Amino acid sequence: MSTETTTTGFIGWIDQRFPLTKVWNEHLAQYYAPKNFDSWYYFGSLAMIVLVMQIITGVFLAMSYKPSATDAFASVEYIMRDVNWGWLIRYMHSTGASAFFILIYLHMFRALMYGSYRKPRELLWIIGVIIYLSMMATAFFGYLLPWGQMSYWGAQVIVNLFSAVPIIGDDLSVWVRGDYVISDVTLNRFFAFHFLLPFIMAALVFLHIVALHKVGSNNPDGIEIKEKKDEQGIPLDGIPFHPYYTVKDLVGVAGFLALFSYVVFFWPNVGGFFLESANFQPANPLQTPLHIAPVWYFTPFYAILRAVPPLFDSQFPGVIAMFASILIFFFVPWLDRSPVKSIRYKGIISKVALGAFAVTFLVLGWIGTQPPEPILTNLARVLTVVYFAFFLLMPFYSKLDKTKPVPERVTP
Amino acid sequence: MKRLIAASILLLGPALASTPSFAEEGAKLESAGIDLTDKPSLQRGAKYFVNYCMGCHSLKYMRWNRMAEDIGIGQTDLRKNLIFTGAKPGDLMTNAMRPEDGTKWFGTAVPDLTLVTRWRSPDWVYTYLKSFYLDDTRPWGVNNLVFPKVGMPDVLAPLQGEQKAIFGKPEEPGAAPPIERLEPVKAGTLNAEQYDAMVRDITNFLTYVGEPIRMERRHIGIYVLIFIAVFFVLAYLLKKEYWKDVH
Repeated sequence: MSTETTTTGFIGWIDQRFPLTKVWNEHLAQYYAPKNFDSWYYFGSLAMIVLVMQIITGVFLAMSYKPSATDAFASVEYIMRDVNWGWLIRYMHSTGASAFFILIYLHMFRALMYGSYRKPRELLWIIGVIIYLSMMATAFFGYLLPWGQMSYWGAQVIVNLFSAVPIIGDDLSVWVRGDYVISDVTLNRFFAFHFLLPFIMAALVFLHIVALHKVGSNNPDGIEIKEKKDEQGIPLDGIPFHPYYTVKDLVGVAGFLALFSYVVFFWPNVGGFFLESANFQPANPLQTPLHIAPVWYFTPFYAILRAVPPLFDSQFPGVIAMFASILIFFFVPWLDRSPVKSIRYKGIISKVALGAFAVTFLVLGWIGTQPPEPILTNLARVLTVVYFAFFLLMPFYSKLDKTKPVPERVTP
Repeated sequence: MKRLIAASILLLGPALASTPSFAEEGAKLESAGIDLTDKPSLQRGAKYFVNYCMGCHSLKYMRWNRMAEDIGIGQTDLRKNLIFTGAKPGDLMTNAMRPEDGTKWFGTAVPDLTLVTRWRSPDWVYTYLKSFYLDDTRPWGVNNLVFPKVGMPDVLAPLQGEQKAIFGKPEEPGAAPPIERLEPVKAGTLNAEQYDAMVRDITNFLTYVGEPIRMERRHIGIYVLIFIAVFFVLAYLLKKEYWKDVH
């Protein structure tokens, strides 16, 4: 596998000054990916496309959006009505936000299924979790920008979480807001962060891919294709990423765009899940909406927050539980003690645990969209325990579980 | 600061469900049955809105000329029959009402209605306009089934006539009796069918105003989906061709 350049002409001229062919080969044409990727492997590249789309549509929105408490709401309607194709750019951006989270949740679930976080991919996973955290921050900052009722009160509730921190809480929340209430000052700084973070995310995605290409891709069998190579050092079960996976991902892109366009052109609200109806009312600091719910992608964590009972009149335990439920993802590589990586060769306990976790996540997400009722709060409490048990008991059940023998080579 | 914490706990805790001042009755909404392709209906809706609603309610994110063009009203008609304020066709559809006037006259600022069908719903607007009833306890002598304690007077009463509430049995002794239905007590200039049609036109118009691009985006969407379907087939065939040699 030679990466020395023997190119001539224009490419040769560039190659003498910049490692173009070298990079092309190392990361595409001679990057060997396992040949047995299934449909779960579409979501990474799709998420990358959505990130690019969010950045592009976001930059164009920023050309007409006004980050001020008096003008923000009207400027969004100006984009929707008076800016040529503004409605399309705005709907692509609002739909893109939800699509991004759907893709990332599926991408993360794939990693959980096939053990893509296991040695030697721990750092790859950790970079991924950091990307997820920056996505959440970006989405949170961005949701304030339309300056609708739900933008305002959602931000109010979340920023107030900081004031639950003992002793420094009050000062902390004022520091975050820059004011005693969510105000023009808050809107301005949230806009600045919302604009900045996606570029940091793009850099993180770059690191994610650098880490991926150092260790090589996992696959549905969870075995290392690098262990079986031919005489030229090419993995026997590997195929060059380009053209095989570039053309395969192209099919995924077409499928995704069909669903995405359906939403953008025919159903941009998605029944209040992608665009909440309360957010079509301008922010009114004097009128609390009847029911405050974050956008769907935060609701599982919001349900956990509400599920934990207050201690000494303080919401702090709930806040801790909510942040813990997100940060616990960092530790997954060391919690899983199974001798095998992929769910295909794990035993029944691991399968049930992962299935229960997925259902728990979805049901918590649904509860988070509902007004709090005793029966739902109790259900959320049970599910919060299940949520944490999935992680905290993993060292035990993954070790105890009976595993199946892992094949030598990937299975089709 | 304490108040903020208290407020946030209130918002997060189960207390949320029991803020009675904002609670709204779960009145059953009637289906508005609107049709955004029905331009005569949209034009009538615009006429009714300008005549009956716009004195107080603005459509301040919508421009006169865009509205006229989309629903098929010519510039001359627009200037002569719809714009009463001397506004230019390119202006936003505002009115002279100030928020403080609303607070003084109705106890609350009068909401702008550009997006009302998006944060309520077309069905809500339709039902709301049909659900005023006489209520002596209210400043304007009327209340509304879908918007209890509404500040707005029954502006369309001369057309619809007046309605009174027929109460059912209270669920438990001492509780307020629930309203079973509304019954006309005084006829207006329109019969029930004509009034429903008028309210439907207004709802149709407001639904258009809520999202002027709606019909066009669906139209464009069909072509986009056809394009993507073709792209999908080609991408799939390309993938199949390349993957022939992967075993």
